[in-house]
Amino acid sequence: MLEIKNLSVTYQNNVKALEDVTVTVPSGKLVGIIGPNGAGKSTLLKGALGMVDKSGSVSFNGQPIDKIQHEVAYVEQKGNLDMDFPITVLQTVLLGTYPKLGWIKRPGKKEKEAAKEALERVGMEEFGSRQISELSGGQFQRVLLARTLAQDAKLIFLDEPFSGIDIKSEGIIMEQLFDLRDQGKTILIVHHDLTKVGQYFDGLILLNQKLIASGKVEDVMTDDNLAKVFGEGAFTDIGGN
Amino acid sequence: MLGQFISDLMNYGFLQNALITSIIVGVTSGIIGSFITLKGMSLIGDAISHAVLPGVAISYMIGINFFSGAVVAGLLTALGINYLDQNSRIKSDSAIGIVFSAFFALGVILIQKAQSAIDLTSILFGNVLTVSDANRHITMFVGATVILVVVLFYKELLITTFDPTMAKAYGLPVKMINYGIMILLTLVSVASLQTVGVILVVSLLITPASTAYLLTSSLSKMIGLSALLGAVAAVIGLYFSFTYNLPSGAIIVLAASAMFVLAFLFSPKQGLVWQKIKYNHK
Repeated sequence: MLEIKNLSVTYQNNVKALEDVTVTVPSGKLVGIIGPNGAGKSTLLKGALGMVDKSGSVSFNGQPIDKIQHEVAYVEQKGNLDMDFPITVLQTVLLGTYPKLGWIKRPGKKEKEAAKEALERVGMEEFGSRQISELSGGQFQRVLLARTLAQDAKLIFLDEPFSGIDIKSEGIIMEQLFDLRDQGKTILIVHHDLTKVGQYFDGLILLNQKLIASGKVEDVMTDDNLAKVFGEGAFTDIGGN
Repeated sequence: MLGQFISDLMNYGFLQNALITSIIVGVTSGIIGSFITLKGMSLIGDAISHAVLPGVAISYMIGINFFSGAVVAGLLTALGINYLDQNSRIKSDSAIGIVFSAFFALGVILIQKAQSAIDLTSILFGNVLTVSDANRHITMFVGATVILVVVLFYKELLITTFDPTMAKAYGLPVKMINYGIMILLTLVSVASLQTVGVILVVSLLITPASTAYLLTSSLSKMIGLSALLGAVAAVIGLYFSFTYNLPSGAIIVLAASAMFVLAFLFSPKQGLVWQKIKYNHK
């Protein structure tokens, strides 16, 4: 269980990005974080990971999160990586094995096998020796997911993994995420598209600097809640099954 | 000409000193330069290499090895730049410019004051032929340190350079590692003083690494190639400096730049010439 208690984040220019958010996410759930632009969705992930100055506490299965940081996988929005970096697709996936190796120790045969297998699971095995700039946006997002698979983390944070990618890649990524959830991993995804939340997520966290609602998808996606965040008459077709 | 150079190399101890020093300097700056260029820290590299000057001068004045003073000055520069950057509205390139020019100016004055011991020109532009035994030992120590650190922590250096966010998320002390790289950078700058001089150190850091960057698609290959190109440039510099009595630093820089131009034009993947040819065939 991920427990976030009284999390507040204020940026240097005194802008309050998050105010006193308290929310729990049960283990083995796939949870979406939704809200308008500037609602603090990404900040919630960064604050939970201690990557920005924050107040409040975050724990996972009863342990403070900074004690189990090697069990956390975090994929930032993809625009923040240097696509011209001299690194191949397989080497990028291999980075996922680093946290468990600890300092100094290099990835060996076992880690390389894990990386290859992860790459197969996202259907990218043929691209292993390509330089990363040769991939499309969706293909690269699949590679980043493969890296997360290779990491075998218990807690997975993804920031907007579906922005600007093709439908095939989105399908492959969701399939793997469902798999991970069924293995008992806890997954949080920042998501901006409200249409598929019913298909994709077990639960939702609705944010607008403060926590507006959290829980099951149908309990969160009420007209009332959405009106509070997006204004009256906001889109409420959640594309449920 | 070359035969003469080789036979002189057999006969003169000072030339052997110079050769060994040049090769080590080329290799180490090629290695560290790879990380500096990929991190977008080229300007910081330039700043630190200039800013070691007052450290060198003060060391001479108080009679300690110039190495320690230079390292302190280099680190103060890195910290100063970082402090200005984070605690004011000044943009980071301006912060770099302010701090390093102040250090450099202070260094010029101090070296004048300590004139009995050191020659400003040879520190500014390098003179590989006057490398002493002590300097060669310092260079070897720096070379061994850089290679050892990069081999041991290759994995950590790779991930903090490519994806600092992931590194931070899984608990690596990214800031500390960056300071570690700046310490190595300072060491390399000091070791390069004798061969290329303060002003041109930046070239040996950035140019071979950038050439290698155009030619490879994996970090380990880039580092290896960059080290090799750095060493070749340094040896060419030594040869011309000895045979034609030209300043070694300037020749090393021109050699490195010539290799860069060749790679820029003819690199199989990114080369300008191949791109033109491909374009015309379409």
